[in-house]
Amino acid sequence: MAMTLAQKILQMHTDEEVREPGQIVECSLSGVLANDITGPLAIKSFHAMGAKKVFDRDRVFLVMDHYTPQKDIASANQVIVSRRFAREMGITHYYEGGCAGVEHALLPEKGLVKPGDLVIGADSHTCTYGGIGAFSTGLGSTDIACGMVLGKLWFKVPATIRVNIEGTMPRWIRGKDLILRLIGEIGVDGALYRALEFGGSALKDVDIEGRLCMANMAIEAGGKCGLFPSDDLTAEYCRAHGTPDPMRLAADEGAEYERTVTMDVTGMEPVVACPHLPENTRPVSELSDVTVDQVVIGSCTNGRISDMRDAAEILRGRKVAKGVRCIVIPATPAVWRQAMDEGLFEVFSDAGCVISTPTCGPCLGGYMGVLGDGERCISTSNRNFRGRMGSLDSELYLASPVVAAASAVTGVITGPEAL
Amino acid sequence: MSFTGKVHKVGAHIDTDAIIPARFLVTTDTRKLGEACMEGLEPGWVKRVHEGDIIVAGRNFGCGSSREHAPLAIIGAGIRAVVGHSFARIFYRNAFNMGLMLLEVGDEVDKINDGDTLEISPENGTIRDLDNGAEIRIPPLSPMMQTLIDKGGMVNYVKEQLKLRGEAE
Repeated sequence: MAMTLAQKILQMHTDEEVREPGQIVECSLSGVLANDITGPLAIKSFHAMGAKKVFDRDRVFLVMDHYTPQKDIASANQVIVSRRFAREMGITHYYEGGCAGVEHALLPEKGLVKPGDLVIGADSHTCTYGGIGAFSTGLGSTDIACGMVLGKLWFKVPATIRVNIEGTMPRWIRGKDLILRLIGEIGVDGALYRALEFGGSALKDVDIEGRLCMANMAIEAGGKCGLFPSDDLTAEYCRAHGTPDPMRLAADEGAEYERTVTMDVTGMEPVVACPHLPENTRPVSELSDVTVDQVVIGSCTNGRISDMRDAAEILRGRKVAKGVRCIVIPATPAVWRQAMDEGLFEVFSDAGCVISTPTCGPCLGGYMGVLGDGERCISTSNRNFRGRMGSLDSELYLASPVVAAASAVTGVITGPEAL
Repeated sequence: MSFTGKVHKVGAHIDTDAIIPARFLVTTDTRKLGEACMEGLEPGWVKRVHEGDIIVAGRNFGCGSSREHAPLAIIGAGIRAVVGHSFARIFYRNAFNMGLMLLEVGDEVDKINDGDTLEISPENGTIRDLDNGAEIRIPPLSPMMQTLIDKGGMVNYVKEQLKLRGEAE
């Protein structure tokens, strides 16, 4: 049978024969992830299940990233639960403090996920690893506890929506613009229960960090995962990040798709998602009258080194507009260090940005840039639900680091061409 | 066994930040989470809820994060079941794993009015609005979801698996 990427990867992890969408198969897991918010619930379920050990102490990943360093007593107490569990179980990959970064940037960077893997995480943006050809999906803490104990879980084989990216990528268009445009076209439940599979002739022009960003937001269309093939670019990335011989993967010719969406990127303008859903997309040039109080550049969507370089390229020799807070958050300690070594911190500092240590922080309204009543922010994160970054009366716009940085300079939503 | 409850209608794309905002995620206590249920939709929303009430929702209920605190907050608020047009997939799994009943009914959801009393009979496969007389057929659950409900949720299911392996306490 000709298979989609989703079917192919699930088949690699089960003894049952993967056939049609809707079929339920039990699969072996390559990795199981939880963070400082979802870990304690998973650990509670783990104990309630009567379990004594994790299925594989090298393949359970615990990353304390959402409120790190812990913002208050309650969040600090939650980390104690995970820290103790990691110690008791002898978990190899427990990350906290100066070792911790935003989980979905950290795992691929450390080579803990590779093409063909099947990974579950107690975080909805676990779908990020589809950017390097891994089937990964977000689940709740109790499913994660089950995965931690048994190393297995049931999956419904998803139908797949094929997305072909064609044409010539304009200079300032990034993966973020492509995924926002797609969500704008198909809606926030356009891929509900389904896999997104990306292909097309312009895929070669989307680098791995751009692909990770796109896969990250598959969930914002309701998707189970967002899968990219594992090609030359993937191999190069994986070799540089601890996987010497990564698997090549592509969907079979003649695989069955529920539908195919084609996006021609030629002449495309940067895209911004307006409040309060990621599907409310507009070309950046239509929003030049929208003022901002805060700009956030970071997150599991756009906190990688290429994002830092994009922001720095825009901010070099320029100043953040008076009255605007621009918060730059490198997603991992390695990105933080690389940005510093490349002199990007000088650029950010000269421009008047706040430079944070790695954290999810403001993306979920946690801390490090929470919005007050009536405030407006443009952020490179993935979700702009009402109240997501703070007050229920605040507003959140989503864009690429290029657009976010340009908006920081002018104080209104601005594309790079308008600077 | 059928049960009845008062309807609280909510709109489409009610996300997990609306169900339980992140600032309340510093506990795993169901009752405490319940006190903040729907706080991101409307402050004080939960005050209208009585034990055994039912949420009736539009498309894509529970979209957003994977936080299991969302179904827990709904359970903690005393809600017995959620009838929805459709549900976000992570929320759907989480709810069944936590023992919260979800009933996916598509466009039929529009037949139910806010504030009415619903009678839900899972065995008969029916939902009835006792105030306007509307009746909705409930599609059967998939075998895996049925297994989870029969076992009393995911925790018990895994417990049984471990017993079979001789690894449980």
